[in-house]
Order: sequence, then structure tokens, then C-alpha cells
Amino acid sequence: MTMDTVESRRTLNINPSFVIGISILIVWIVIAIFADQISPYNPIKTVAGAREAPSASFLFGTDRLGRDVLSRVMHGSRISLMLGLISVLIGAIVGTLFGILSGYYGGLIDTIIMRITDAMLAFPGILLALVVIASLGTGIIKVMIAVGISTIPIYARLIRSTVLTVREQPYIDAATLLGVRDIVIMYRHVLPNTLAPLIVLSTLQVGNAITIGAGLSFLGMGAQPPDAEWGLMAATGRAVLGKAWWISTFPGIAILTAVMACNLLGDSLRRTIDPRIRLR
Amino acid sequence: MLAQYIMKRVLQLIPVLFLISLMVFSIMHALPGDPVGLMLAGSESGSVSPERMEELSEQMGLNDPLPVQYFRFLRGAVVGDLGTSVRLRQPVTELILDRFGSTIVLSMGGMSFALLIGMSTGVVAALKQGTWFDTLSMMFAYVGVSLPLFWLGLLMILVFSFWLDIFPPAGQAGWRSLIMPSVTLGLVSSGVISRLTRACLIEALVEDYVRTARAKGLPKTLIYVRHALRNALLPVVTIVGLQFGGMLAGAVVTETVFSRPGLGRLVVSAVLWKDYPLVQGIVLFMSTGYVLVNLIVDITYAWLDPRIRYG
Repeated sequence: MTMDTVESRRTLNINPSFVIGISILIVWIVIAIFADQISPYNPIKTVAGAREAPSASFLFGTDRLGRDVLSRVMHGSRISLMLGLISVLIGAIVGTLFGILSGYYGGLIDTIIMRITDAMLAFPGILLALVVIASLGTGIIKVMIAVGISTIPIYARLIRSTVLTVREQPYIDAATLLGVRDIVIMYRHVLPNTLAPLIVLSTLQVGNAITIGAGLSFLGMGAQPPDAEWGLMAATGRAVLGKAWWISTFPGIAILTAVMACNLLGDSLRRTIDPRIRLR
Repeated sequence: MLAQYIMKRVLQLIPVLFLISLMVFSIMHALPGDPVGLMLAGSESGSVSPERMEELSEQMGLNDPLPVQYFRFLRGAVVGDLGTSVRLRQPVTELILDRFGSTIVLSMGGMSFALLIGMSTGVVAALKQGTWFDTLSMMFAYVGVSLPLFWLGLLMILVFSFWLDIFPPAGQAGWRSLIMPSVTLGLVSSGVISRLTRACLIEALVEDYVRTARAKGLPKTLIYVRHALRNALLPVVTIVGLQFGGMLAGAVVTETVFSRPGLGRLVVSAVLWKDYPLVQGIVLFMSTGYVLVNLIVDITYAWLDPRIRYG
């Protein structure tokens, strides 16, 4: 294989799913940053009658307190994107740390960390997050922590398997022979080599975290009224679903587009960076 | 050989179950939090006297050292005693058994839907590769994994209960009330199963034994069903176990959306009530169930494919 083909494999594959994913995500990020400037009304103020159907002045209608649903969906992007970002940071930082320690040292440390991740992965889906919330109490910050903790084992496993191959490379042996300290080797030589799978997993996990976080808010454990949060908005619309479909429907479309954007982007990055990585 | 394999897998289960119980217990106790305070705030109104707090701590054994508390919890769990719910003042085991059936029925419904739709669309997509059906079913699978369950449930209620008036929006009276929750719960899995079936069948179709079958002049359907599909479905069996975990977790949201009195809805209430013996009991029960189902799936797989046993 010539250098040319190696290089071209490394350049970003501009495929439709990458373009669609990143475009939707940028739109949501812009909306989140400039929500105060671009949303037509104040998201927590009553601006019209209750449950007004979508119209020219209220594109997404109003909720049962007469608040503009469009403005609330726009502001809701802040909480959801923040939730995705913070919980992924928690999971990625702690999980990567455990994964590197586990893969680099092996032996007893590896066994202990891997048995703990086994036990964490034995909780189906959101149950681990529920246990953490039961212990910490409810609230959006606690949901971020809970979702973050529940993703730690996924990171730890992926990073460990990457480190296992990196550890066998000649440059690691060279560094060890030169007397470089373990902590320096891990930081300077091992960590950079785990970044590619880390970025792919994190992109996919942002979407996952947004869904789980919105689900927990829907169940009443996350954001609390009058916060504009997508899951909570869908929950408040549930009681009047037959009379005012728009209250629950639009926040749901928002979640769907944001999560799908993350999945499209994550999948296209995976195809580009390393087709062999198998995540979920 | 199979008996030996089963024995080995069952023995491996013991440390996993032990770790799960330790994990549930540690998260509930080691994270900063005040169980009695939280619990009283959720279950009794007004200010609570320090004496009452002390009395409750003593009564629940919260004044004992953590290892002592853990072994009491573990000893109880082994004989099926998971303590008493603070809010409902009933044994946790009894509450779980009351609602377990409803969750099982729902999970079975979800799984049946997922297998039926996932496998059939996967097979058709593989046989008609590159056609509009293939593209459409793959797009459908993609949207499916990005759909928030609770929202899908709400949409279904809106369309099929309020607009079309075909199915009841809530409760669990008769099979008609099971349709929408099953579809909601099974849709994500159906997408996963469909993609996997398609990929495995495409792989199997180019195997030597399929070519040989073709060369023998066997009819197409026989080649597909007896040779290709049988081999393609092996990996599908393994993910059924994982998907079952998704069903249990999905039941938490689905049961709430459709107001079905199952374990999922109970655990949500338990978390909101800060009823931590109840949370602890249900989570331990559901995780154990998940691990057991995966064991059964692994054994089935070993039985279907003898190569596994020697691996």
C-alpha cells in the first residue's frame, strides 16, 4: 500500500451522513447559544391563552400555561446539549482513566477494574442511573452525574482493549527502557493513541445521554418545572395529549433530530477513523 | 459436554450476582446522601423529630457498620427477603412478585414484535439488496434507534387512541391494551435485529455450502430456509439476550407512559418516594433476571452450535 492510499483513508470521508449529522448538530448548537436572541418569546412567561393551536404567531402553539412551545423547545436545547456534554465528559474521563490503568498494568488492577465494569454492565439500561438518582436525589445536575456514571464501564472496556494493543508497540518498550516514568508514558504515549475510538464513542454517547436524560426528566427525576427541558415538556403535555397534541410532539421531534444527528456523525466518524471498532 | 458447559456457566454466575448486590448496596450507601432524611421527606409530612429519625435508623439497622448492613442485606436476598418498603409498608419481595407478571407479559410482547418485524424485514432486505425496500428498512432501523421511547409511546396514544380510537390509551385490560406498549418497547430492538439479520444472511448467502446447494439444483426457498437462514440466525440468538435487558429497562418508561402496573413503574415510584429498600430490591431483582436470561441464551447458543462448548 502506498503512502497515498494510507493518507486518503485518514482524511475525513465526506459522506451524506456526516454532512447531515454535523449540519443538524450545528443548527442545535447555534440555537442553544443564541436562544435568548432568536426565540420569539420568553420561555417561562405566559404570553397567550392556554393550549392555543399552532398558528402564525405561535408556530408550535402554546402549552397549558400559555407559554410559547417554540421558545421553550429552543431554550430546551441548552439543557439537553449540556446534559449530553457533561455526562459524556464524566463517563469519558473516569472511564478512560480506569481503562488505561487496567490495560497498562494488567494483573490484579485489571482484574478488579474489569470485574467492577462487569457488574456495572449487568444492570440493564437506565437501571444503574436510577440507583444513582435514588441515592443522590432528583434534579438535572444529578441526572447528568447519574448518566455519566452509568457510561463509565463502556469507556473503560473500549479504552482497555485499545491500550492492550498500544502497550505492545516498540515505542512503549523504548520509553520504558529509557526509564520514563509510567505516568508519563501513559499520558504522553498511551493516551493520544486512544483518542480516535474515544471520539467516536463520545459522539455516539452524546446522543444516547440526551435520550436517557430526557427520559429521566420525563419520569420526573430530572429537570423540574418551570424549566424548559424536552423530556419534561413532553411529560406535561401527556395529560392533555388528546386536546393539545403539539405540547408533547414538538419537544419529541427536537430530541429525535438531535439524537439522530449524533448517531449519523458518530457512525460516519467510525467508518472514517476505524471501521473495526465495534461499540455497542 | 453440554452438561459440563452449563455447570461451568452456572458457577460463573455466583461471583457476578455477588458483585451486582455489592454494587447496588454500595451506590445506595457510599454516595453522599442521607437515606433516612430523604426517606422521611418523601414519606412523612411536616418536620420530623430527631427521635423519630433515630428510631427509624435503628429500626432499619442503619446504625450498624456498613459491612454488617451489607451481609444482612445479602443474607436476606439469598432467601428471598429483600426488606420492607418504607412507603407501602409491605415486604419488597411481595410487591415485586405482584407486579412481575405484568412486566414479563409486556417484555414478551415487545420481544415477539421485535423478532417478528426485525427478522422478516431483515430477510427481505437481504434477499432484495439495494432495492427501495432495503433502503427504506435500513432508514427505518436508523430512525428507530434514535427515537425516545416515551415519545414514541405518546405518539402512538395520540394517533391510535385519540385520533383513530383503535386501542385503549392505558391500563392492561385484554390483549388490545398490550399492542401499543409492545410495539413501543419492541421497535428499537426490531431495528437492531433487522440490521443484524440482514448482515448475517448476506454473509451466509455467499458461503460455499449455499453454492453447493445451488449447484445441486435445490429450489431457492429450500436453500434460503434450510441452509442460509439457519446459519444466519445464530448471531441473532445471542443478541436476543442483550435485547431482553433493553426490554426490562424500556419497561421503566413504557409502563409509565401506558400506566401499566409493572415493576418498571414501581421502581420509578420507589425512586421518587426515596423508598430505598424498594429501589434496592427491584434493581437487584431485575439485574438478576437479566443475567439469568443471558445465561439461558448462552446455553441455547451452545446447544445450537457445538463449537462454542469447546471454545
